[in-house]
Amino acid sequence: MEPFISIRSNAVPLVQSNIDTDQIIPARFLARPRDDDHGINFFRDLRFDAAGNEIPEFPLNRAGWRDARIILGGRNFACGSSRENAVWALHGWGARAVIAPSFGDIFAINAVKNGVLPIILLAEAVSALMAASIAAPEAEIAIDLPEQTVTAPDGTVHRFEIDPFAKRSLLEGLDELAFTMTHEDDIAAFERRFGRDNF
Amino acid sequence: MMQHATPEPLTMFDKIWMRHRVLEREDGQVLLYVDRHFIHDGTAPAFEMLRKRGVTPRAPERIFATPDHYVPTDTRKAEDIANAEYRGMVESLERNTAQHGIRHFGLQDDQQGIVHVIGPEAGLSQPGMLLVCGDSHTSTHGALGALAFGIGMTEVAHVLATQCLWQRRPRTMRISVEGALGFGVTAKDVILHIIATIGTAGATGYAIEYAGSAIRGLSMEGRLTLCNMSIEAGARAGMVAPDEKTFAYLADKPYAPKGAEWDAALARWRALPSDPGAQFDHEVVIDAASIAPMVTWGNSPQEALPADGVIPDPMAEEDPARRQAMEDCFAYMGLSAGMPVAALRMDRVFIGSCTNGRIEDLRAAAAIAQTGKVAAGVTAWVVPGSAPVKRQAEAEGLDAIFKAAGFEWREAGCSMCLGTNGEIGTPGQRIASTSNRNFRGRQGAGVRTHLMSPEMAAAAALAGHIVDIRHVKGAG
Repeated sequence: MEPFISIRSNAVPLVQSNIDTDQIIPARFLARPRDDDHGINFFRDLRFDAAGNEIPEFPLNRAGWRDARIILGGRNFACGSSRENAVWALHGWGARAVIAPSFGDIFAINAVKNGVLPIILLAEAVSALMAASIAAPEAEIAIDLPEQTVTAPDGTVHRFEIDPFAKRSLLEGLDELAFTMTHEDDIAAFERRFGRDNF
Repeated sequence: MMQHATPEPLTMFDKIWMRHRVLEREDGQVLLYVDRHFIHDGTAPAFEMLRKRGVTPRAPERIFATPDHYVPTDTRKAEDIANAEYRGMVESLERNTAQHGIRHFGLQDDQQGIVHVIGPEAGLSQPGMLLVCGDSHTSTHGALGALAFGIGMTEVAHVLATQCLWQRRPRTMRISVEGALGFGVTAKDVILHIIATIGTAGATGYAIEYAGSAIRGLSMEGRLTLCNMSIEAGARAGMVAPDEKTFAYLADKPYAPKGAEWDAALARWRALPSDPGAQFDHEVVIDAASIAPMVTWGNSPQEALPADGVIPDPMAEEDPARRQAMEDCFAYMGLSAGMPVAALRMDRVFIGSCTNGRIEDLRAAAAIAQTGKVAAGVTAWVVPGSAPVKRQAEAEGLDAIFKAAGFEWREAGCSMCLGTNGEIGTPGQRIASTSNRNFRGRQGAGVRTHLMSPEMAAAAALAGHIVDIRHVKGAG
């Protein structure tokens, strides 16, 4: 996995609350292989009309936000389906971090496993970042994972909390499966203890 | 004599969690052992991840597979699936399970079905178990008194390879529904009411235990419906303490323990319910009598109303962002403020899904269906949740009732709940659906979904519009 340490980028605001993963990637694209470019289907039905033309008002299509690497999300961003394709699409589009007041639980877990940093900030802080981004689409936000800070375009610093294991995984680009397999003895011992219970 | 401290009372969640800890890190991450891993026909990428590493599944005997997401519901022949991508998903599950010796309830198997229907029905899902599946509605299995939750594809690969999963302990929430449910009020209405009450993110970060006399009064199938939609309140998991109903439900199931193993299991299961005095991080109490038959109007499951309600007014919303979001939703859903829910005219009806595709759901819908005919211009489908549900329904003559009333009687699968198999509506169509999500585009681009119980959906099929089940002949 690609490590995440810090980034500095402009940020695209998606202000609505409860944006679900069906919006982030519609179900009809879920059968595509993992190695496909899922970025083209990121917010497919909000980004493009039925004929495949860009919908100009959708933020991802606006000049100034097309190359943003940070998403500013509303409350409960990426709720709903567990489809990891939502993270693959977000990453494929070019984003590396999402800042929101809260996340769909499974999405936030999936994000970390793909090198995408989900950051929870207070709703007021996210609103201020959105306002700054709307006022000046090129305005850059700095994210520093070791320091656990988000620096707004005006220099305001917001500290965020992150699970220590998730932080380590992101910083090191940890291969979690390989790491777990170093605990093979513990798993085998557990299985011996557990025996036929719960089988 | 040694003094023993009184053991701290534990929640059912705590008991299951602690029992499955393989190891715990200082930073709070816990490696949990998975008793049952259910996989479906969307799992190809996880097998591909293993293949690239040269890793094989650690405990194939703990993995159970069935195709549900991509299977058509008008045929049982994989080779007849016209879309090559969908056919590939069904075939790759067959290939991967055969290669690794995983039990596969294939398309023509007499136990095939939606993964969350067949797990409980086969007795694979049992009290005290830790179950996972790469699908957010895995919370369904919590109805047996299990800890069950949905995971992403990378986690599926991790569980295949190690039979374990890293987790951080969620907080616990008890939702107690006390009293008697009113006439026409089903488990679906209870969960829609709960989600409307606590919000679609109301339980994010929590594992819910549903309790109270109204929950104990629900059948096992009702409890499955209830737990199924826990994710729609954001919860990690939803569960109900096992009781005599649970044990009776499991007793004759094919994969339930037998003989001495049954006795041992029963002793373990009886110790599972939360201890008196166990502390939950959050408590919610709901009066069962306050719950009406519910219908969703918007694009989030929290946007639900009693069936005799009227569509709310965006102008009453003070927050401009929320007012705008509501107006966008009204434009998508074709709604206007003050409109009675009963005025919503339906183009299609979908009865099925892991939420409401079980035999009791079909019986309830058939009781309504036999009182009339599907309204002109309405296309109504009944999609059984599994092949066993379909057989049982046919043995009871429910298929004949549905067909005589003008419903289509189909084969088991996820079908129109999310349309991954291509079974979707056309733009602008309004669908009465017994499924779990009314998200924009969920049942097809531009499609307007209204969630409700099987009885309400059947009644909507006959009337051509939403009707309050409390006023319908044959209800209850």
